[in-house]
Formats: sequence, structure tokens, C-alpha cells
Amino acid sequence: MAKKPIGIEVSLAVAEAVKLCDADVVAAYPITPQTHIVEHLSELVANGELDAAYIPVESEHSAMSSCIGSSAAGARTFTATSSQGLALMNEMIYIAPVLRTPIVLAIANRALSAPINIWNDHSDIMSVRDAGWIAVFAENGQEALDLTIMAFKIGERPDVRLPVSLNIDGFTLSHFIEPIIIPDHEEVQAFLPPNEATVKLDVANPISIGLLANPETYTEIRKATDDILLASKDKVIEVFKEFGKAFGRHYRVIETYRHEDAEIVLVTMGSISETAMTAIDEMREAGEKVGLIRIRLWRPFPVEELKAALVSAKVVAVVDRHMVMGAPNGPVCLEIKSALYDALNPPKVFNFIMGLGGRDVRRVDFKTVVERSKSLVKGGQSSFEIVGVYE
Amino acid sequence: MRSADVPYEKVTAKTFPKGLDTLASGHRACQGCGEVLALRLLLKSLGSEFIAVSATGCMEVCTSTFPQSSWRVPWLHVAFENAAAVASGVESALHVLRKKGKIPNKRIPVVAVAGDGGTADIGLQALSGALERGHRDFIYVCLDNEAYMNTGIQRSSATPFGANTTTSPSGTHSKGQHTWKKNMPAIAAAHGVPYVATASPAFHLDLMNKIRRAAAIEGPAYLHVYAPCPTGWRMKPELAVECSRLVVNSRIFPLYEVIDGHYVINRKVDNPIPVADYLKQQGRFRHLKPEDVELIQARVNLEYENLVKLAGTFPV
Ligand SMILES: Cc1ncc(C[n+]2csc(CCOP(=O)(O)OP(=O)(O)O)c2C)c(N)n1
Ligand code: SF4
Ligand SMILES: [Mg+2]
Repeated sequence: MAKKPIGIEVSLAVAEAVKLCDADVVAAYPITPQTHIVEHLSELVANGELDAAYIPVESEHSAMSSCIGSSAAGARTFTATSSQGLALMNEMIYIAPVLRTPIVLAIANRALSAPINIWNDHSDIMSVRDAGWIAVFAENGQEALDLTIMAFKIGERPDVRLPVSLNIDGFTLSHFIEPIIIPDHEEVQAFLPPNEATVKLDVANPISIGLLANPETYTEIRKATDDILLASKDKVIEVFKEFGKAFGRHYRVIETYRHEDAEIVLVTMGSISETAMTAIDEMREAGEKVGLIRIRLWRPFPVEELKAALVSAKVVAVVDRHMVMGAPNGPVCLEIKSALYDALNPPKVFNFIMGLGGRDVRRVDFKTVVERSKSLVKGGQSSFEIVGVYE
Repeated sequence: MRSADVPYEKVTAKTFPKGLDTLASGHRACQGCGEVLALRLLLKSLGSEFIAVSATGCMEVCTSTFPQSSWRVPWLHVAFENAAAVASGVESALHVLRKKGKIPNKRIPVVAVAGDGGTADIGLQALSGALERGHRDFIYVCLDNEAYMNTGIQRSSATPFGANTTTSPSGTHSKGQHTWKKNMPAIAAAHGVPYVATASPAFHLDLMNKIRRAAAIEGPAYLHVYAPCPTGWRMKPELAVECSRLVVNSRIFPLYEVIDGHYVINRKVDNPIPVADYLKQQGRFRHLKPEDVELIQARVNLEYENLVKLAGTFPV
């Protein structure tokens, strides 16, 4: 009999997923809007429902430092943060992938200061986009839970051994109560093998991790990490397929919506994609040929999949949720443009920034994007436009 | 059991550990480096059943140029200011993995090693967090060479008054470092941890026994180790051991333990040598005038008296 969904806050569902995965160590520091995840985890540990060490560190910098230590010692490791917390972790975020320490990091995405703001956008994750982590974006609660489970499996694979960030929009996803199917512990155990760290801190087999590299080796060590990250795309796809087989919920690195015959294709990441789909339905009814591509796997960037999905469109309208200062395009648009640059007859690509610091993203905003794109085709857009900005 | 009563196997001249050094030779420390001497003795005392975590600094840089490593124990370096936090993660992981039967059921000490900069300045927050959380198999070793040596002799909060460094230079308007050395052992002890101790490589058996005791006692331990740096102190390389002796015998760096809050002076210095005798070997103090030395002497007297009072207040 198929399992029935229960109503649960998405943050709590992520914590429940961590429990189902039998995490060994959680080291975390509170910050809105991530707090509910780690509060629930400490509760699960306190109640004996999760047999893990909960390290109540004194900062996010120490949270990620402890996670690196824990992962290097062979433990299944989880943490969560947002915004300033991720910014404070920044130095450690760049170290974890190169030391090949699998860690699952849930980011309840929140705007970066200043001005201080607790609401959702993607500026936090974009500040670490080049660090070497696998990064996925969830659209809804079920996906957040499922991706948490898959994140452990992907990151801990012997042919990956990389940290994974699970991005969920702060508040607009993290704090919503949604109907979510929570799998059984046995099902998850059958899906997720134990974390077999072969390279780890072990007195029986002493190795050194984190050595100094001079100019004659630094490039090669960085490249080795990038090679593994790029190669991880196929492993991500494999795990998505295994998950589909085991749980009946199917995931791809990008999702498409009514895009086959679309002339204008929107590109989004995260929870605004559901609003975008509703807007597309309404525009379709009005005769507009619009569609959507939602990026689930942000790193490694799925170049081939996006190329294939976008190359036949006339116009691609890319939504960024991060304010790029001093440059013409947001991070998502930059990647899309470079993916399409060498196509024979590339579509026009326009860039729209919206939903900064929690500014509501409405159906009408996507309609504005489509209208603007139609007029821009006739000529224009040297740099991004902010949707709904008061001048 | 009181921490003072926890048994441990003593190192003596007769039972001095034999065999390979845990820290292999061939590292790149300067000639006469007292820091690497202290580190080598500490590690040798612990044997091979522990995990080491290094902070960025001289001891990390000189022992770990890829693809070579001097470390014969499992070793992890992540960054400069977070050795305590990294070690916390390792320690917690070992605990839970042991409890779950995933690794052999044996206590493995996790030893974090950092310089005075990595401890008293940029790493103080992470250290405080780790000490406060009470990690059971956690030993933190501060190797105090009284400045940021790895980056070229800049002052730290552990640099002594009057010392010339590249960021506390003496000059017409400066006597060099114009602040008094931060009392790190007292800060560590204020966390209420079971074991805090100071040590100096000239008293090598004392030093080696202190880390054994730290490993035997359950709970975080903090060792503050004097670590002379001939390069940064503008001193002859052959003087590292001698100055490690003088610093104790002048009462500048007393050897003591704080066990469950009780202060114990390990080496009473009844006839101290004048601090001037200690200072004069080191180029970093060369510019000091007699009145500056007097000021330092007065401070040393006061601090030693305070320590004696503390030790007197808490008889073991
Ligand atoms: C965040 C950060 N800031 C600064 C540095 C540069 N840095 C590396 S080692 C070091 C000084 C180390 O001094 P100390 O901890 O006393 O160790 P020593 O080299 O003297 O043994 C500094 C400033 C760094 N690596 N990381
Ligand atoms: S600079 Fe000083 S502490 Fe560093 S290796 Fe040389 S002597 Fe040792
Ligand atoms: Mg130093």
C-alpha cells in the first residue's frame, strides 16, 4: 500500500530525513530561517530517537570545522545554516571539497547583509558557488526530504566523496507545512548504504590530510577536485534513478514544464518555480507560447541537459535571485549564456532579478518578464533588469 | 575519581620511549627550533595511538609539504583558527562511532596543536567553545613562541612586553610590544576543565608526563608550552634549550598544573635568576633600557607571587 503523506513543516521533514539516514554527527549553530532544522535534530537526539553526537558549537565557522573533522574521522555528518552563517563558514566551505569530506549541509536560503534581512533569496549560496560542493535546489517539501536522503548517498559514494548542499528557500519553503510522505527507516536503510570511508583518520592506518601544496602541486590538486565534481553529475543521475526505483518519486537534474513548443522559456531555481508554472498555465491559456526549465542540480552545472532543453527556444529569460554588483549578469544567467554561446543558432538570453530579501515573487512578475522579453527581442538588454524595483 | 588521582604511566630517564619518533625527522623547521623540539617530545610521549589536528603555523607548514609528511599518526590540518573545532568534530565522531560499534572500542586522544597566535588570538573563540563543551578525549597544545612566526614575526597577544616584532617594532616612539602577555592558562582554567598545565622543553620529562596525564584524565586538557624560536627572537640557535631553562628559573614562565581547579606549582623557584639574564640572550629585547627591564622584573615578581597564592589557596 502506498504511504500517505502527513502534514509537516518542511524544516522538520529535513530533520526527520537526517534521522532516517542515521547521521552520526550534527554540528550546528542557530540562525533564522534554518533554526527549526537543528532544533528538531537536537530534540531527536535528546529523545534518543537519533543516536548521534550533537555538537552545539559556538559559531558557524566552528560548525563547518567540526563537520570536516567528523567527516574525516569517518562519521556521517550533517549541518544546516543560512545567510550570515554560511558567510562565516565561507573559509571552511572552500576547504571541505578538496579534503574530500562528505557532509550534508542544508541551507535555508536567506539574503546576505547589509542591510540585515532574514528573508529569502539566493545570495548566500551564490557566495560559495565556486567552492567545489555539489549543490541541489528543492522546489517543495517532498523534494527537500527526498534530496536530503539522496544527498548522503551521493556525497558518500566512494567515487564521489564530496560535500553536498541542499538549498531550500528560507521561509517560503522551510517554514511551510506541506503534505510529505515520510519513508520508513527500513526503506531508507535499504536505499542508503553505510558510509564506508576508506580514506580517514585511523590509528591503524595513519595518513595525513590537509597538506601544504606549493606551485608545483596546487593546480593539480584543485583540478583533481574539479574533475571529481564534474564526474559526479552522472553519479547524481544514478542516485536519482535508484531513488525513483525505490520510492517511486523521480528526479532529474533539470525539470521542464510545457517547454517543448515554447518560444519563451523561463529558467528558475527553487520554490518560485511553482508560482512560475501557475503563471505559465495562465499565459498559455492566453495564447502565449511559454515554458519553464527548473534547475535542480546547480553544481556540477548540467551544461548538456540545459543546452538540449534550451537550444530550440527563441528567447530564454533567466531569473536570478542574487544581486550581482558591478557586473552585467547574475550567476544563473552567466552559466546559461556560456552554455549556449557556441550553439549554432543560440536563443536570445535575458536576465531578470527578482525576489531579493524576501520581496514577494508573484505570477504577475513572470508575466512582466515575458512581456519584457518580447520587447527586448527587438533589441536590447546589456545587463540584468530588476523586476518591480522602485526607482 | 579526582583527576589528580588518575593513574598514568610515568616517563622517566629509564622508561624514556624508544623507537621511531612519532614526528619523523626531515621536516623543515629552522635549526635550533624549540617549537619543533617541544612538539617532537610531546608526540613521542603519546606513542602512536592518537589523532593529531594542526592549526596553520610553523609546525604545520614545516611538517607537511605535499607529498611529504612527518606525521606517523593520523593527522589533519584544516585552517589557522579552528584546530579546536576540528578536533571537536574528530573527537565527537570517534565517540559516536565507538558507541555504535563501527570502530574498535578504545579511547583515542585527539590532540590539537596550535601556535600562540592560533590559540590566544584568532583561535580563542573556537578553543573556548571546545573547552566549555567538555570533549572527553580532547587535548589542546599551545606551542607558544610568542609571535606569529610562520608569517614573519608579527606580534600576538602572547608576545611579551618590550619584545621587538615586525608589527610591534621598537623605535623612537615605541618600546616594542607595549602590552603584557595574555595569561592563556588562566583563561583555559577559567573554563573549569579538569586539566591545565604549563611546560617547557628544557624540562623534558615534566613536559612528556604532562601530556600523558592530559591523555589519562577524562575531559578537555590544555597544555601551554614554551617554545623558543631562535629565528624570530634573534637568538643563537644553540640557545633554545638554555633559554627554556632560564625562563623557568627566572620565574617568567613557571611550571604548574591546574587539576580540577587546584593550582600546583611543579617547580618552586626559590632563588630566581634576574630576568635581565634571560632577556639579554635575545635580540628582540636588545633595545630595552634598564628601567624597562626593572618594569618587567616587577611584573614577573607580582605574577609569580599571585601564582604562589593561588597554589597556596588550593592545597591538593
Ligand atoms: C584566517 C587566516 N588569517 C591569517 C592567516 C595567516 N597566518 C598563517 S600562520 C599565521 C601565524 C601563526 O602564528 P602562530 O599561531 O603563533 O604559530 P607559529 O607560526 O608562530 O608557530 C598567520 C597570521 C591564515 N592562514 N588564516
Ligand atoms: S621560525 Fe621559529 S618556530 Fe618557526 S620553524 Fe623557525 S625556529 Fe621554529
Ligand atoms: Mg607563534
